[in-house]
Amino acid sequence: MNHLIDAFDVLLDPESWSGPGGFGVRMLEHLWYTALALIISAAIALPVGLMVGHTGRGRALAVISTGLVRALPTLGLITLAALFVGIGLTAPMIAFVVLAVPSILAGAYAGVESVSPATTDVAKAQGMSGWQVLLRVEIPLGLPLIIGGLRNATLQVVATATLAAYVGAGGLGRQLFLGLRTQDYPLMLAASIAVILLAIVLDACFEFSQRLLRRLLGLV
Amino acid sequence: MAIDFRNVTKTYPDGTAAVENFTLHVPSHTCTVLLGSSGCGKSTLLRMVNRMIDPSSGAVLIDDNDVATTEPVALRRRIGYVMQDSGLLPHRRVIDNIATVPRLTGASKADAHRRAQELMEIVGLDAALARRYPKQLSGGQQQRVGVARGLAADPNILLMDEPFGAVDPLVRVELQRELQRIQTDLRKTIIFVTHDIDEALTLGDQIVVLKKGGEVAQIGTPENIVEAPANDFVAQFLGLDSARRSLKAAPREGGGWLVSDGRGRPLGVVDSAPDQQHATD
Ligand SMILES: Nc1ncnc2c1ncn2[C@@H]1O[C@H](COP(=O)(O)OP(=O)(O)OP(=O)(O)O)[C@@H](O)[C@H]1O
Ligand SMILES: [Mg+2]
Repeated sequence: MNHLIDAFDVLLDPESWSGPGGFGVRMLEHLWYTALALIISAAIALPVGLMVGHTGRGRALAVISTGLVRALPTLGLITLAALFVGIGLTAPMIAFVVLAVPSILAGAYAGVESVSPATTDVAKAQGMSGWQVLLRVEIPLGLPLIIGGLRNATLQVVATATLAAYVGAGGLGRQLFLGLRTQDYPLMLAASIAVILLAIVLDACFEFSQRLLRRLLGLV
Repeated sequence: MAIDFRNVTKTYPDGTAAVENFTLHVPSHTCTVLLGSSGCGKSTLLRMVNRMIDPSSGAVLIDDNDVATTEPVALRRRIGYVMQDSGLLPHRRVIDNIATVPRLTGASKADAHRRAQELMEIVGLDAALARRYPKQLSGGQQQRVGVARGLAADPNILLMDEPFGAVDPLVRVELQRELQRIQTDLRKTIIFVTHDIDEALTLGDQIVVLKKGGEVAQIGTPENIVEAPANDFVAQFLGLDSARRSLKAAPREGGGWLVSDGRGRPLGVVDSAPDQQHATD
């Protein structure tokens, strides 16, 4: 219990937030890693997932491969990648992308598939091309689920981004590993709490945007 | 724009023969009604015109061009299609649903919305409904939105699949009248699907009575069909066999006639019979 109080003392102390190795900088790094991993994953997984949902082709392959990839242990992946690309951000980034892609992919094809065939039939009957059906009907109506996939991926990456420090990159993992090495448990706890807070704030942002979207799309 | 069905057959992948060897000429600028009971292939026939369904064999021609040689997206944009159970896009407001096709063909949002507002007035929708989503409307209101959308791009061909199925009889008659008025002005080529005989008699220049599998029981004008039903099936469909349309007139006390059907159900009054009028002229 004392450790917990000490941890909050650390977090509430402006000292610990300032400076090049402070919580402030580390949190920004952490956010930046998360954002970068999401951007790269989305660039890969969204187009593939949307096309799988739209055409129905490659669905089985998508389901099986995402299942397999999900089973990979992230720490092992980072270590393995680091053996090839060395210390730094590249190795953990590869692992984060591998972690995020399945959720985003699943959200994308589930979102498109959630649009009823009757609705896409209407869109086609009015003279929409395949692309227009995708862009104007399937994506807008599937958006809550598509964003749900991004939301899952964000939570996974924001939690796992602590591992970046394991191979020499930054982020809140720095504080965590530092605390571990120096047996500074309040520091470790403070870092964990910071990660948790970050996750909660990001999740709340997603919740808010999903609600807003449902309203804008007339789904409620 | 005349439409021709030439020996059209449609067998669905599961083996259902929805339409078998159907041939029909739909003359330009007239309203042809496909009349038949549920499952006889009416929607299937209609959807072959805009290539939502491709026939298994045979061909559908518009002005002598096989639709199979036309690019479906362009074809659908120039054919108005009012779908069974309204078929509105759930995530678009009423006004944007109506404006769908003009927007697809490049009209500006302002122009498309102005046109949509005109159409809402024509089909009798309160302008206040424009900003609503489809599921905030009643079934009958949704169907009117569907009709307005079908007219929005001012197409030469209009396919209407039971467009007034969900509205009450009063409004139904009103909408039928509105369609007749539109038709007098615009002379579109309409294929109108219904299983309501009165609606068919009201709207059709030509009525096609269909049996299961799209088999033609009779083709004719409303007068032809009521006067000379080709067979028992047509007679039954019209209700002629149940004496619904063999009318009797009885003199009323204050003058004029009370008209009732073969079963004695009163239908209305005639102030003076036409031949009497002739006699006194
Ligand atoms: N996609 C499909 N796959 C298999 N069978 C179908 C399909 N669509 C329609 N059918 C069958 O084809 C037949 C004709 O259907 P269609 O929808 O054309 O009937 P309809 O005359 O429009 O009926 P309703 O008045 O109920 O709308 C029916 O027996 C129906 O079950
Ligand atoms: Mg039908």
